[in-house]
Amino acid sequence: MTHPSDTGPTPVLALKDLSKSFGAVRALRDVSLELFPGEVHALAGENGAGKSTLIKTLAGVHRPDAGQVLLDGEPTVFHSPADARDAGIAVIYQEPTLFPDLSIAENIFMGRQPRRALGRIDHKATHAATATLMKRLGVELDPERPARGLSIADQQIVEIAKALSFDARVLIMDEPTAALTGSEVARLFGVVRTLREQGSAVLFISHRLEEIFQICGRVTTLRDGALISSEPLEGMTEDDLVRRMVGRDLDELYPKQDVEAGEVALSVRRLTREGVFTDVSFDVRRGEIVGLAGLVGAGRTEVARSVFGVDRWDAGEVEVDGHALTNGAPSTAMAAGLALVPEDRRAQGLVMDMSIERNIGLTGLRTTVRAGLMDRGAERSRSLDWAVKLQVKYARIADTVSTLSGGNQQKVVLAKWLATGPKVLIVDEPTRGIDVGTKAEVHRLLSELAADGVAVLMISSDLPEILGMADRVLVMHEGRLTAEIPRSEATEESVMAAATGRAAA
Amino acid sequence: MTVTAPTPAPATEVPRSSGTRLVDRVFKMRELAILAVFLVMIAITQMGNSEFLSEQGIKDLLLNATILVLVATGQSLVVITRNVDLSVGSTLGVSAFAAGTYLQGGGNPVVAVLLAVLLGIGCGLVNGLLVSLGQVPALVVTLGTLYIIRGIDSIWVGSRQITAADLPGGFVDFGSGGISAVPYLALIALAVLVVAAYYLKHFGSGRELYALGSNPEAARLAGIPVRNRILTAYIVCGGLAGLAGALYLARFGNVDSGTGTGYELTVVSAVVVGGVVFTGGSGSVYGAALGALLLTSINSVLPALGVSSVWVLAINGILLILAIAVDRIVALRVAAALKKRNARHG
Repeated sequence: MTHPSDTGPTPVLALKDLSKSFGAVRALRDVSLELFPGEVHALAGENGAGKSTLIKTLAGVHRPDAGQVLLDGEPTVFHSPADARDAGIAVIYQEPTLFPDLSIAENIFMGRQPRRALGRIDHKATHAATATLMKRLGVELDPERPARGLSIADQQIVEIAKALSFDARVLIMDEPTAALTGSEVARLFGVVRTLREQGSAVLFISHRLEEIFQICGRVTTLRDGALISSEPLEGMTEDDLVRRMVGRDLDELYPKQDVEAGEVALSVRRLTREGVFTDVSFDVRRGEIVGLAGLVGAGRTEVARSVFGVDRWDAGEVEVDGHALTNGAPSTAMAAGLALVPEDRRAQGLVMDMSIERNIGLTGLRTTVRAGLMDRGAERSRSLDWAVKLQVKYARIADTVSTLSGGNQQKVVLAKWLATGPKVLIVDEPTRGIDVGTKAEVHRLLSELAADGVAVLMISSDLPEILGMADRVLVMHEGRLTAEIPRSEATEESVMAAATGRAAA
Repeated sequence: MTVTAPTPAPATEVPRSSGTRLVDRVFKMRELAILAVFLVMIAITQMGNSEFLSEQGIKDLLLNATILVLVATGQSLVVITRNVDLSVGSTLGVSAFAAGTYLQGGGNPVVAVLLAVLLGIGCGLVNGLLVSLGQVPALVVTLGTLYIIRGIDSIWVGSRQITAADLPGGFVDFGSGGISAVPYLALIALAVLVVAAYYLKHFGSGRELYALGSNPEAARLAGIPVRNRILTAYIVCGGLAGLAGALYLARFGNVDSGTGTGYELTVVSAVVVGGVVFTGGSGSVYGAALGALLLTSINSVLPALGVSSVWVLAINGILLILAIAVDRIVALRVAAALKKRNARHG
């Protein structure tokens, strides 16, 4: 790792005593940060710590209330994202912002296309320049292909190519790895290392601590909008970092209780959905947490959706407590005691513009309706009850869900489904994109539920989470179950081997 | 990232992949498909009625399409930015009457046309300002201006009427004249169409219209002056509606307070049938022009085949639904094909 002191004393980009408020909320208080050429700098903090506000200030989206942005040591004011871009700052957001209808080349050079006479665009030069960029990044993407349908990983590559195209000196990456598979992360890190060697400064944000240690040289930690520390990562442990982020010792990230497994609650037999998954059979017993691991696209989410009845299956059967479920009928699955907490909480788990109370109440409409009318009082008390049990942090229960942080939104989705009193709970990526503190709480909750006799099926791409929480690990590869590994034998190696189809376990 | 700047790019030939070719083909096909439907329709009609493609018949077909092609071209620019201009019918009506009133008083035809265009630009400016600055949905804003412009038109015009007899003979002759079967008006529309298509493909601001229709938020982050671009699209759309008004006057010589009523829906149909996607970001003005040609030709085809013209509206509707259905199916196919390609590349 490069040490800033070796590369010269002037940071390419710095923040000095920066403050920013939104109404009564102080998002950033006197935060300072220095980015040096040739370093990968981590920005750590829980959700709501002020990371997003800091990035958006650097990107010219927000203007600070107080403090300075220094470019090469000179105070600068960015009036718009275009200003920041012209200063050589590129931001790659978690959800890349591309134009789906336009070609990759146009996406990269939009607004800055090479010109011919009379200001006409030189399409040929644009495509050639794009091909050169792709070659430099070592990827095979056709410059003339439309951006629609690109994987998230490829979309990020396009964003990085865009940054390269205007010689960005500072690259800010906001959780770029959240939706990537292991090999895609490796490819991304390869690109980041190359950029670092070429003298760029990279600001890297991730909730995955091991990634921070893998790629970054220094780390700046924020908590509640205030600067906690800015220091080299060398010699630090993950626990040290977590302590700075959370402000206390985290009890335990994986508080798994040992529970005696009871009788079979969920039984899936030879379930097949043509072209998606084939011959999937497994049981989940009461009190058990079963992890379902595999690469993105292995068919894990699809199995869960079919079991719950959102998608139809073509062959096989599903039983809850010995009663067969009807194919493609979520309402009977719910009545049988099945609950599914989906992967994409914004699109599938929550009605973002509705209140916390009503979101939690949605699954209870059957029980809170009297004579065909909603009993608002019953709904409110039921929702409050669950919100308190799960320690959701909110101002008022009537606030819309969209005002909550990601972790708290996830708790609301959990509350919504726990309120149905499920016998079998399927959670799909329960902690994706939420901070360590909340993550530990979600784990504690799952563990308690299992102890109470609920059968839990946990789909996760987070290997430490699978290893830390699951009694048994099921692994899927290309639509088939390739391994069933008991807790005692589950390691990163054994799970990854089965997930990549390298070895039959 | 202090390495090579990409601008002095080597002229390496970029290999075109199957995915690109597929998408290219689909979009070319989209326009070719309308052309094919149009040609088949004309061929069948010609077989049923050999008088149909006489010199006068062809001229009528082109003349009928001209005005719709002009307005549809302007409308395409707006629809590509994920907006819509419903006030084009009212704009056309008021511009036509203004040009007519001026000519009635013995004015110069060229100035009359300019007057109509300027009036249209004025209407477009109002729409554009309301949509881009007011951040109000275009559908609602332009529905409002549709009524406002029509209302002002009605108050101003009252029960007056302009007929061909009030206009200079040269102006009316120009409206119906042409080089053999090709009317002068159609040549004007063709020129506008070619310029618009070239602008959209080869100029930065033209591509930015597609960009901001495709993803408005990304357009803002990319530093595209979103408001200016939307404003420009509306101004061009209004200006072309004004020009269409002047040509309407030249062609029909007959304008009153109801001229152009309901025209906006025909225009929107033509644009959508022509493959300009209503959610913005894709489609071409050539497609929209072909859509306009197809829709107006049905008006001539049915009588020529002895079918009652009461069927015209229903057939227009069917074409519209068909076009949307085809677009949807094609989009799904393309998405699936691209996905497969991704999977292969791992």
